[in-house]
Amino acid sequence: MPTTIIWTIAILAGLGLLLSLVLYLVAAKFKVEEDPRIDEVEKVMPGANCGGCGFAGCRAFADAAVKAPNLDNNYCPVGGNEVMKQVAAILGFEVKEKAPQVAVLRCNGSCVNRPRTNVYDGAASCRVKAALYSGDTACSFGCLGCGDCVAACQFGALSMNPETGLPEVDQEKCTACGACVKACPKQLIELRPKGPRGMRMFVSCVNKDKGPAARKACSAACIGCGICAKTCQHGAIVVENNVAYIDPAKCKLCRECEAVCPTGAIHGVNFPKPLDKEAVKARIAERARKAKEAEAAAAKEKEENNG
Amino acid sequence: MDKLLVSPSPHIHAAVSTRSVMRDVAIALCPAILVSVLYYGWSELLVLAVSVASCVLLEWAITRWLLRKPSTVGDLSAVVTGLLLAMNLPCTTPWWVVFIGAVVAIGVAKMSFGGLGQNVFNPALTGRVFLLLSFPVQMTDWTVPQGFLRNVDAVSGPTLLGKVNELGLAGVADVDYLQTLLLNIGGSAGEISALALLLGFGYLLVRRVVKPWIPLSIFATVALVSGIFHLASPEVYTGPLFNLLTGGLILGACFMATDYVTSPMNVWGGVIFGVGIGFIVMMIRYFGSYPEGVSFAILLMNMTVPLLNRAFHQKKFGRA
Amino acid sequence: MAKVTFSIGGVHPHDTKLARERAIEVLPLPQTLYISMAQHLGAPAKPVVAVGDRVKTGQVIAEPGGFISAFVHASASGTVKSIAPRADLAGNMVPHIEIAVDGDEWVEGVDLSDTLVTEIPSDRAAVLDKIKACGVVGLGGATFPTHVKLNPAPGSTAECLILNGAECEPYLTSDYRILLERTKEIVVGAAIMQMVLGGCRCVIGIEENKPEAIEAVRRALTELPYDNIEVLPLKKKYPQGGEKQLIDAVMHRQVKSGGLPISVGAVVQNVATSLAVYEAVQKNKPLITNTLTITGDCLPVERQHNYLFRIGMPLSYIAEYAGGVPAEAAKLISGGPMMGRAIANLDAATVKGSSSILYLRADTTLRKAESACIRCGRCADACPMGLEPFLLNRLYKAGDLEGLEQASAHDCIECGCCLYSCPAYIPLLDHIRQAKGQVMGVIRARAAAAKAAAEAAKAAEEAKKENK
Repeated sequence: MPTTIIWTIAILAGLGLLLSLVLYLVAAKFKVEEDPRIDEVEKVMPGANCGGCGFAGCRAFADAAVKAPNLDNNYCPVGGNEVMKQVAAILGFEVKEKAPQVAVLRCNGSCVNRPRTNVYDGAASCRVKAALYSGDTACSFGCLGCGDCVAACQFGALSMNPETGLPEVDQEKCTACGACVKACPKQLIELRPKGPRGMRMFVSCVNKDKGPAARKACSAACIGCGICAKTCQHGAIVVENNVAYIDPAKCKLCRECEAVCPTGAIHGVNFPKPLDKEAVKARIAERARKAKEAEAAAAKEKEENNG
Repeated sequence: MDKLLVSPSPHIHAAVSTRSVMRDVAIALCPAILVSVLYYGWSELLVLAVSVASCVLLEWAITRWLLRKPSTVGDLSAVVTGLLLAMNLPCTTPWWVVFIGAVVAIGVAKMSFGGLGQNVFNPALTGRVFLLLSFPVQMTDWTVPQGFLRNVDAVSGPTLLGKVNELGLAGVADVDYLQTLLLNIGGSAGEISALALLLGFGYLLVRRVVKPWIPLSIFATVALVSGIFHLASPEVYTGPLFNLLTGGLILGACFMATDYVTSPMNVWGGVIFGVGIGFIVMMIRYFGSYPEGVSFAILLMNMTVPLLNRAFHQKKFGRA
Repeated sequence: MAKVTFSIGGVHPHDTKLARERAIEVLPLPQTLYISMAQHLGAPAKPVVAVGDRVKTGQVIAEPGGFISAFVHASASGTVKSIAPRADLAGNMVPHIEIAVDGDEWVEGVDLSDTLVTEIPSDRAAVLDKIKACGVVGLGGATFPTHVKLNPAPGSTAECLILNGAECEPYLTSDYRILLERTKEIVVGAAIMQMVLGGCRCVIGIEENKPEAIEAVRRALTELPYDNIEVLPLKKKYPQGGEKQLIDAVMHRQVKSGGLPISVGAVVQNVATSLAVYEAVQKNKPLITNTLTITGDCLPVERQHNYLFRIGMPLSYIAEYAGGVPAEAAKLISGGPMMGRAIANLDAATVKGSSSILYLRADTTLRKAESACIRCGRCADACPMGLEPFLLNRLYKAGDLEGLEQASAHDCIECGCCLYSCPAYIPLLDHIRQAKGQVMGVIRARAAAAKAAAEAAKAAEEAKKENK
């Protein structure tokens, strides 16, 4: 009996040694030399492998960053400026800081605002639905509500609100990787700067139909009336193809557009106080009156000068 | 309808669902169940009831409390698993042993892999083999109790295959093959009547629920292998007819090896799968320490299914 | 004769041809017609009339917008009221010409009589021109311009013209009705196309569930003086009318993946197209009418109809004329139940390829909830292209484009057999259609890149030569 045990141990041990030797030799033979900085960079990356940087994953990003002449074209939106500073330190590059961004849904067509005109009965996928037809409401631009964006989000930042039928962005979790932007077949999601203390303004609609058609389809649609553009003192709003767009770089967050919008398509978020529409409207009216007076005065002066 | 439905094509569907498929399998098992209940009486009914009830309840409880997903018991697959498990057990099996079998079948073999469609091994067979290894005494107690149609003294003894395993060919010298085909008292419910099982399988074929390639290749391999061995030395090895008609071969080949999830999808994959099962069955019967090997053979070949599915594909149109 | 069919897959839905005994009726003209500029495969047509113009029936109102495109004609006389985007049946905006109808005053030179003209013209080019000028497109579903299909690229010859009278979709009966009522015209149309293709064999394939149609065509063939045209009864199996499947059934040849029918010497035309060719060539009549079935499982037989409609009639107008949409109808479909398109907007106008308004009850058409794949393999058995839909579905969900291409997702003909036969109600075709689009995109991009690379290499070579 003892000899059996000894033999067994001896054979197994010998086999183990032999195989480990084979493993070692193979590993040594096929070893790939890599820049050690790739590992270092990868270590400071968020490790989500989300592809938001445009590369297949964090390792691919690290590889590209090490090989690139500078960091101008390589930016990790998830890690943001913090991570990029560390990457720059490892590689000895300078980093251009970017304003943190957040995903914003540009559709306000909730079940209440946008009545359903038919019932969709196909696969629960926005892509499939968009390829089939214009959607189950009269608005052919709006959210299809099947949640492709929610499925695309790796950070759990998106969720469908069963009450509105629209996805909601959790701005704390959103890393602006852009996966949802790519997933939405209607191009409704935009990455916009988070804004000071998260305050930002945007037009929550992309309906290009003419005013009456848009309004008939959805009570909260942008009807392209242009009142916001006329009111804006900073030239931040353009109306093109019957839909307004607020340039975040020019917007001064005065909320006047939000106050004058007749359909409520313009949204301001994270402001400390709720918008007092009447007060803002009064302010605009006061400014208009003053401008008129000034104009009148100027005209008068001109007349006097001429006379 | 005030609002129109809109969906991609096709707009109609064949009259088939997972539920209807499982229902057909359950219906196909009915003749064999009927025969076994008539001949084994209340004890068989108890095994069947405990097995089906525990399989359904366990699946319901697992989806409800562990997975927190909508219940899937409506698809009747748990019922089929319960029936098959019961048909693989002696009618004398205590109820708690049956329940443990159901726990292994549903809890371990099915739900832990992700439920119907995801399991690698046939759930009922996994449960059965677990019991066979854990409770060898209860699992080989082939006492024949009082039945509804039969009123003879209870006999106890090994099955035909058990006799061969213990005594050699002398133990089965007086086998009446017509008897084994029609009514083979002694053994589990699934072994009692080959004819009833084949009747049920015929129903599955007519309803186009399963295709005959897997059972046919199993039967052919068993016949071939046992034929060769029997011809070589008829005094040591049992012949093809004996091997085809005894034990759980027909139940296994027609109902367990044809389980969609754990068998190859392609015809040729299925044939190889069947040949493998037939060969392993005969090797265990001739050379193994167990008298019967259908369960082991099917479980072993279950492991090759992903590989076979990868290796064999449909013939594509317009690609020579 | 032994009946033939295609060799791989297929399903057997109940044929439910409820409107088969209803003779074709002519619909009266509505007050307004909306004529779509995108009624054919390929580039949309370009309007050649202006708002306010008076047009006559049969007058050209739009010309082809590219090589694969077609002429569009006014289907009634009247005044052009607007040229503007209008929602099609899927709710997508498509340019339409709106005509306020004032009557049915035809353009000059159209033979409106019923006389059968059996003499086949011999000038091939002239015939092709006429087919093109009359805006004839394939009416079997794809609406591919017929003059392009009848003019195969030099170097390829047609060995067999296959006339598709399979009508394998359940419910539809318009092809069956024209086979019965316009038999001789269809045969003459076939003879014309036969001449255009250089006098090849012609086979008219009809499924066995239409014995009257088979008999009618046989009789017409004995009465007409044409050679080399025969009827071939086909076993009933869906999708027999699929181009590749029909060629397989008739000629026992399989068109290679990505190949055209002409690569195996086949040209397939629908029987309705043959009728349109007859009218274009022999009568000078442009394609402004087609036959359409009003049917469904919630309509009594007396409310089912086969109509001769003018292209541009709104679907709602036809539905109203036929007695309105039945209350039990949950889904409206333009086309058959296997491949037709669900109607989201009943105000949409009919187009050249419209073949039915099909009303289905909710319990017939509502999809059941999806459950887990049980790997039964029914989808793979049903696929007439020999694909494995369960695998394609899995690869699509994993986003594996390479795997999809290897599994030939782009060979899918979207016949619907996979979803039809899936016991777990997995939306296989919904996903595979997307996968097919993605793979086609990859293949096209690769071809474009290869072409660009070849051109660049050529340019470099030439530059080198010049330098020498």
